Amino acid sequence: MAHAAPLPDRTRPAGQRVRRAILPAYTGLVVAYLSLPILVMILFGFNDIQGRFNFAWQGFTLEHWGNVFGRYPALNQALINSLTVAVVATVVATTLGTLIGLALTRYEFRGRGPLNLLIFLPIATPEIVLGASLLALFVSVAAPLGLATIIVAHIMFNVSFVVVTVRARIAGFDRHLEEAAMDLGADEWTTFRKITLPLIFPGILAAGLLAFALSIDDFVITQFTAGAQTLTFPLWVYGASRIGVPPQVNVMGTIIFLIAIVGIVLWVYLQRRDMSARPTTLER
Amino acid sequence: MPEADVRLDRVTKRFGSFTAVDDLSLEIPEGEFFSLLGPSGCGKTTTLRMIGGFEEVTSGAIYLGDQNVTDLPPFKRATNTVFQNYALFPHLSVFENIAFGLRRRKTALGEIRRQVAFMLELVELPGYEERRPNQLSGGQQQRVALARALVNNPRVLLLDEPLGALDLKLRKQMQVELKRIQSEIGITFIFVTHDQEEAMTMSDRIAVMRAGRIEQLGAPEELYERPTTEFVAGFLGVSNLLDGEVTERDGDMVSIRLTNGVLVQAPAAATNGAAKVRVGIRPEKLRVVPRGAEVTAGATETNVLEGTVLDASYIGVSTQYLVKTAEGHTLTVYAQNLTTSGASEVLSDGQDVRLSWNPQHTFVIDDAGRSDPEAPMEEARTR
Repeated sequence: MAHAAPLPDRTRPAGQRVRRAILPAYTGLVVAYLSLPILVMILFGFNDIQGRFNFAWQGFTLEHWGNVFGRYPALNQALINSLTVAVVATVVATTLGTLIGLALTRYEFRGRGPLNLLIFLPIATPEIVLGASLLALFVSVAAPLGLATIIVAHIMFNVSFVVVTVRARIAGFDRHLEEAAMDLGADEWTTFRKITLPLIFPGILAAGLLAFALSIDDFVITQFTAGAQTLTFPLWVYGASRIGVPPQVNVMGTIIFLIAIVGIVLWVYLQRRDMSARPTTLER
Repeated sequence: MPEADVRLDRVTKRFGSFTAVDDLSLEIPEGEFFSLLGPSGCGKTTTLRMIGGFEEVTSGAIYLGDQNVTDLPPFKRATNTVFQNYALFPHLSVFENIAFGLRRRKTALGEIRRQVAFMLELVELPGYEERRPNQLSGGQQQRVALARALVNNPRVLLLDEPLGALDLKLRKQMQVELKRIQSEIGITFIFVTHDQEEAMTMSDRIAVMRAGRIEQLGAPEELYERPTTEFVAGFLGVSNLLDGEVTERDGDMVSIRLTNGVLVQAPAAATNGAAKVRVGIRPEKLRVVPRGAEVTAGATETNVLEGTVLDASYIGVSTQYLVKTAEGHTLTVYAQNLTTSGASEVLSDGQDVRLSWNPQHTFVIDDAGRSDPEAPMEEARTR
């Protein structure tokens, strides 16, 4: 013991200090990396641009915020189209996906195995392939391209994401809860309404938000299935980028971002409140 | 005979090629505390789940009173269940959990309040209405689960190892509580457990199950004192079994010659006429004295074996001996420690002893009750 080399006492705290600093520094870098593009987007919504291009900072103005919905009627229509597609596709895909998720986890049926794999296909397939295939399908059945075809396409790829998300939630669901409900006199429908649905709802909500986010900014598949007449927000922006994206796009982007932030803060707040309702110590 | 509250008529349940419950018939009278006891996989939980309506029967019929409920879903049966993991609804308060069944029957709110309060009083959790299940301890959750089932005033209460998740002390306490509640409300309880002591403590009658069949059915004392199969003898407590052959019947008693030539007596009622039998004695019924010592109060203990102490372990309330007979059988003996100077009373290893017991305390297992070799017997199932 006496001959053991003394530990380099001074280097240890120093090493620990460095190690303690690494994680926050790394985290900060990642956050900066992720948020820089968003900050640029927000900032250039206030850019007092001269000419058509919004690349260089030329001064502060609130002009674009003032006429965000007044300057480009086609952009407004594109945004409305995007929201319509996202809302309809989300509602339908979430409903279908939840039911498929329930069926896949609950029931043994012919084709269950293949369906379990098949559900991953739209997630794994490159969007460009999906888009091209969908276009070919729509053309071959002579479906007029437009909002309807976009919605059908979005529902298709959203369903997979919903199924995967909801299924994870259902997998952790205790079937005895449903048995308990039926034991207490609830029929199948009441059991679903009062027990199953409320308990898997967080999963359904997460799936719905995911579907909405995927849908509202989808470009590739939408490009293939929109046809010549219908534009969504991403399609309009892409079209405009060749001649210069107006700052109103930045403003709209900022608004959407703010709405998302408010939603997230609200969600976190609600969760916190739910948590704080549970005391940490139990009375015996 | 009064009509059975629950009746199973040749019920069989198969899962694929596996037979979980095999041609089981059973009658449980009203107000009885009835236990299904057995090791895991013996079919006791499946039986309970079929009575509750959670499993369909493969064949046979189930009656509640005179109503055939075989094909009714759980929500149309007059049974309620306390699940093994309680299955309380995590998103509902204690009040709403207990009120769940009443709300399904469209009970008026005032009546719901009254009944929930009454139930919380019964399970000794008044004032817990607004708690969430995850704010309760295991024992409290257990009580809520019980209240949630009982508030519906079921004809039969089904309990699926409800005490399994509790620690020993709480389990003992809940055993007493359950028994109290059952006698207070007087409905039929069907209780599933793998804990023989738990079953014995609470039950009016016990069905010991094994491999989907009832091995033996009876009151706790009957199962313990007169087990008819090796499985029951081994599952409920510890028993010493010795091979022998019935040589003579004389009124109430039979004489059995053990393989070592010793002749012992057993009550004739314990036998069913078979010639080749196994003789069983519970360890606490054996009396052990040093060989050669004067037999003072052994007048009734006329069955005698001789042996040598292999091992003596002092365990407080009693001393446990392993005694080896001349033929190589090892018998377990529990000797109560009657004096405070325990050490002087304890016999030492290697000492020659004499074992004796009252013939009335002998039970007899015939060939039909022998265990298959592939089902090994746990000799010491003490807890």
